Amino acid sequence: MTDVTVRGLTPEEARSRVEETIAARNSREVRFQWIGKSAIGLALGFLVLLFAAIFTNGVPGLFQHYVTIDVNLDRQRLDPKGDLSEESLYSGEAERVALESLYAAIGNPEGRTERRAARGILSTGSSQRLIAFILDNPGLVGQTVPVKFALDDDIDSFMRGFISRETPEADRRISDTTIAFVDRLSANGAISYELSDYLFFGSASRDAEMAGIKGALIGSILTLFVCILIAFPLGVATAVYLEEIAPKNRWTEIIEININNLAAVPSVVFGIMGLAIFIIIFGMPRSIPLVGGIVLALMTLPTIIISSRAAIRAVPPSIRDAALGVGASKMQTIFHHVLPLAMPGMLTGTIIGMAQALGETAPLLMIGMVAFIVDVPGSVTDPGTVLPVQIFMWADFAERMFVQKTSAAIIVLLAFLITMNAAAIVLRKKLERRW
Amino acid sequence: MFRRPFFTGGSQTVSMINLALVVLVIAAASYYLCQQAILRARSQGAQKLHSLPHYYGWWGASMAAIPAFCVLLIMGTVDDVLFKNWLVEFYPADVAANAVDQAIAFAKVMNVVQGILFGTPEPWVQAAAEAYLSWSETSAMVLALSVIAVSLGGAVFAYSKVDPEFRSRNAVERIILWVLAISSTVAILTTIGIVLSVVFESIRFFRLVPFDEFVFGLVWNPQFEGAERAGSGQMGIATYGMIPLFVGTFLISIVALFVAVPVGLFSAIYLAEYADQRTRGIVKPLLEILAGVPTVVYGFFAALTVAPFVKSIGEGLGLTVASESALAAGLVMGVMIIPFISSLADDVINAVPQALRDAAYGLGSTHSEAVRQVVLPAALPGIVAAIILAVSRAIGETMIVVMAAGLAANLSFNPLDAVTTVTAQIVTILVGDQEFESAKTLSAFALALLLIVITLGLNFFALQIVKKYREQYD
Repeated sequence: MTDVTVRGLTPEEARSRVEETIAARNSREVRFQWIGKSAIGLALGFLVLLFAAIFTNGVPGLFQHYVTIDVNLDRQRLDPKGDLSEESLYSGEAERVALESLYAAIGNPEGRTERRAARGILSTGSSQRLIAFILDNPGLVGQTVPVKFALDDDIDSFMRGFISRETPEADRRISDTTIAFVDRLSANGAISYELSDYLFFGSASRDAEMAGIKGALIGSILTLFVCILIAFPLGVATAVYLEEIAPKNRWTEIIEININNLAAVPSVVFGIMGLAIFIIIFGMPRSIPLVGGIVLALMTLPTIIISSRAAIRAVPPSIRDAALGVGASKMQTIFHHVLPLAMPGMLTGTIIGMAQALGETAPLLMIGMVAFIVDVPGSVTDPGTVLPVQIFMWADFAERMFVQKTSAAIIVLLAFLITMNAAAIVLRKKLERRW
Repeated sequence: MFRRPFFTGGSQTVSMINLALVVLVIAAASYYLCQQAILRARSQGAQKLHSLPHYYGWWGASMAAIPAFCVLLIMGTVDDVLFKNWLVEFYPADVAANAVDQAIAFAKVMNVVQGILFGTPEPWVQAAAEAYLSWSETSAMVLALSVIAVSLGGAVFAYSKVDPEFRSRNAVERIILWVLAISSTVAILTTIGIVLSVVFESIRFFRLVPFDEFVFGLVWNPQFEGAERAGSGQMGIATYGMIPLFVGTFLISIVALFVAVPVGLFSAIYLAEYADQRTRGIVKPLLEILAGVPTVVYGFFAALTVAPFVKSIGEGLGLTVASESALAAGLVMGVMIIPFISSLADDVINAVPQALRDAAYGLGSTHSEAVRQVVLPAALPGIVAAIILAVSRAIGETMIVVMAAGLAANLSFNPLDAVTTVTAQIVTILVGDQEFESAKTLSAFALALLLIVITLGLNFFALQIVKKYREQYD
């Protein structure tokens, strides 16, 4: 100890000094804690706000308005070839039949303008819907049966109150006559508000009432399938090599630095690489899940490698020593003992990587998965799109109803992501072992 | 938005997948045959097998599959590149002279190959297309034959080696070792791929646009090559100065930091120093959700909810606010990076040894005094590194700015203006119809190079800070 050269305070002086400031210090303490709490409150508030904004728009987007009208399934008009094949039905007068049934339901308007006003009530997809109904129920042909059609998106937004009656007719997307017809239909109880079947079973469409996520969902599944098929084996193999086999030398150090750098590269750059290498140089087609999956695999590879290495490192050396001691070879030790014990950790990392890939948009825009494709992709080499890109495209459409559709698609995407992350957490909790 | 695929290869990809399946079938047969052969040898009671029977099977399977897959991958990818070069012979001399016309000519030929015709193609296009078709037919045939031959050859070779003396386990393990080692190079190949693709295209860009115009130019106004060449006197229309994009990117990132740093840092302090185990257990995963939400969702939220809100508040205060203001995009991006800062800072604060806190308490400090005057200074390098990593994340973020920040390349430091960013421009340029070889398309690669340099530079910088200033407390 150095000598104290200044005179120390007497206990009384010290106590009085402390007591002078203690109140201010304590209130500073309280204030500090309060700042911390409000920071957390703010962060969680953002989270709540985000989810509230998505859900208030998205939950109504899961539903839509339908109108049920009696249709006379006249065989001669609907099925000119008489074999009830899809081809024959499409050459028939399905659209006229649907429209005439609607006219009948609203009291057979006569004038041209009135008919035009009435025509806007049904979705443009009504003829397809009628044909699908007939294909499902061929036994009902010839009878008059109630059939459920989707309402046009303008009428749908009127029913939801986005289009007000008070607005002058010229500023409104639907006319007074149309409103009168819609009122008549809803007074008859023909209009119902139900879970939207187009959302889940419809494909890309410019009409909000018919647009669905089926194609995008299948595209996402195919892309993720390719991604996991490439990323998981490569990631695990790299992790095993670096942790168990490779000597610690310059080369492995370069690989490690590389992996860490790759994890920091912005995702859009992976898309540019995919465009330059797979599409321009190798001449693979654009917009296909195969290329998308490869690009996402390269992007998620660092995540998988890093978590797999951590999982391998967590296996205690005594396991390896025991295996080697009873005569197992190096590879037998790794594949029979280390890998099975490290697998839960590796799977957790892989699921998290896949969740990241599922939500990724920018790299897929680069390789052209943003095209407007109506067909549902049947294989990894068919052009398609994925859920986040579909959301991006819908977000660009101006119609009011697309806001709700987009939010509904986001809810579906979030549901998948939350399921995957929950699975990762459960897996970790269940299979986690403490040595 | 709809665009024809520019290049063929769809049918080729399908045939490659089919070939791969054929190879797998051969490999499975080879596994079975080799294993049966060794089992037969054992049942004839000759001698002790060197390895377990399934190692002989794996030996057979890998010899049938691995060389064949290599041939498939190499030949399947090289042929398109070769054909593209061979086609040059068909082009008229003036077309073959420069790269832009070559690319257009190639697209023309490909259109004919795919059967998409606009009027009658020139005779040389027709001839080139016919040659291309015949080459690709031949190459598909050669590819199929050689892959199957290599696969069968491998299987026969493996089978001939099967013998109780043969050390199949060692052979299989050597193969596995090589497969693992080669897998680990994929990360390096990816980096090389990224660097080469971006650097080569950037070099071509800098041949068209001077480097100093790109780096110091104050106006970003890309135009299609056609627009430049059509009017002879209009060469000056397209300008590629990256400063507005650079400023826009940093403006948005700074707004994001103003949200994320206080919120993230104080959350981390509270969680690390004050919160009990239960609160931590609930709050931490909730904050992680913010990091798991896809960026396209943030972009939608920013464009739909935050931007109109910011605009109406600003106009209520009598300010002019662009409907796609930097402020809205930055605020949402700030929310996105809160969890990065909070979880990294949390780790750093927890790493400060308890002895330092105890010493501070022993001198009579309150908890907050200990945190502010002892723990935070000790954790500072790590916190700074966390903030730098968050900045690099914000700079590379794409979807929020594409959807909420707009495309107006204004050189402005006012967060209420509309600005654009490097990533937003990359996406706009490369999505939609593009002319390869035009300065506009190539500029996206130069921007990507800029982006890589900035983000990796920031990461390197963060690492250096941690290395240099980290205190070792043991």
